[in-house]
Amino acid sequence: MTAHLTRRYRFSASHRLHNGALSADENALTYGKCNSPYGHGHNYVLEVTVAGPIDLATGMVYDLATLDETVERVILAPFDTSYLNLDVESFRRTVPTTENVCVEIFNLLRERIGGQRTACGPRLERVRLEETSSNSVEYEGA
Amino acid sequence: MIYITRRAEFSASHYYHNSTLSEEENRRLFGKCANPHGHGHNYVLEVTVGGEMNPRTGMVLDLKDLKQLLEEEVMQVMDHKFLNKEVPVFATTIPTTENIAVEVWKLLAPKLTFARLHRIRLYETPDLFVEYYGEADGASEGK
Repeated sequence: MTAHLTRRYRFSASHRLHNGALSADENALTYGKCNSPYGHGHNYVLEVTVAGPIDLATGMVYDLATLDETVERVILAPFDTSYLNLDVESFRRTVPTTENVCVEIFNLLRERIGGQRTACGPRLERVRLEETSSNSVEYEGA
Repeated sequence: MIYITRRAEFSASHYYHNSTLSEEENRRLFGKCANPHGHGHNYVLEVTVGGEMNPRTGMVLDLKDLKQLLEEEVMQVMDHKFLNKEVPVFATTIPTTENIAVEVWKLLAPKLTFARLHRIRLYETPDLFVEYYGEADGASEGK
């Protein structure tokens, strides 16, 4: 009996969309005001979905305290109130668009939660990241 | 196929306890949710049904029918109830958000004759929800 459990988290961070391989003009053309040199911030809303069978003994898909602890340690502690481009290692090389931030979060969590679709236990199913209330990205793995 | 969702809210209390486990194990597993006097939530239920558009009405179904079904099969059973004590299935099944979502599916699926039940989404709080797509969901993934 598979159920899909979603937990919502929030973090605030700043970023700048800039690709060092492009010229200043190309960056300005591609990223518009998001290329502003000093960066700008968002209140991100993160939804983490874990799917799996409902454990008969606990009635739960996944222990929420464990999920909270994992997300806090792996995502919120390094991401919250940071400048993503400089303070989060992977975004020194990758442009921190909502797409790339969403994929990075998925990959960081999958290592800890499990991501094999054929496995019987709980698995990370989806990460959904809202950059603003009008703008969100979902990623379910490659 | 077009999907249409109806939202309904109910308030109920519950606590988590597995009688085959010791008190200590219950407290360790369920933390503050194991408090035997229970605690409450404003649950938000979203019921999504799928169907084909009726060309005469431009509707998948008459929403009044779905509203009435939700009222009779779910609201009257769960709203303003202590789930563990007042909803028989939760005398033996722990009323986690997961199990409540499954139970809502079981209550609605056999009575939904005018559309196909697609998904139950149940919010326990604005930051926590469970989705259930029926038995076929697990089977399709080999579980």
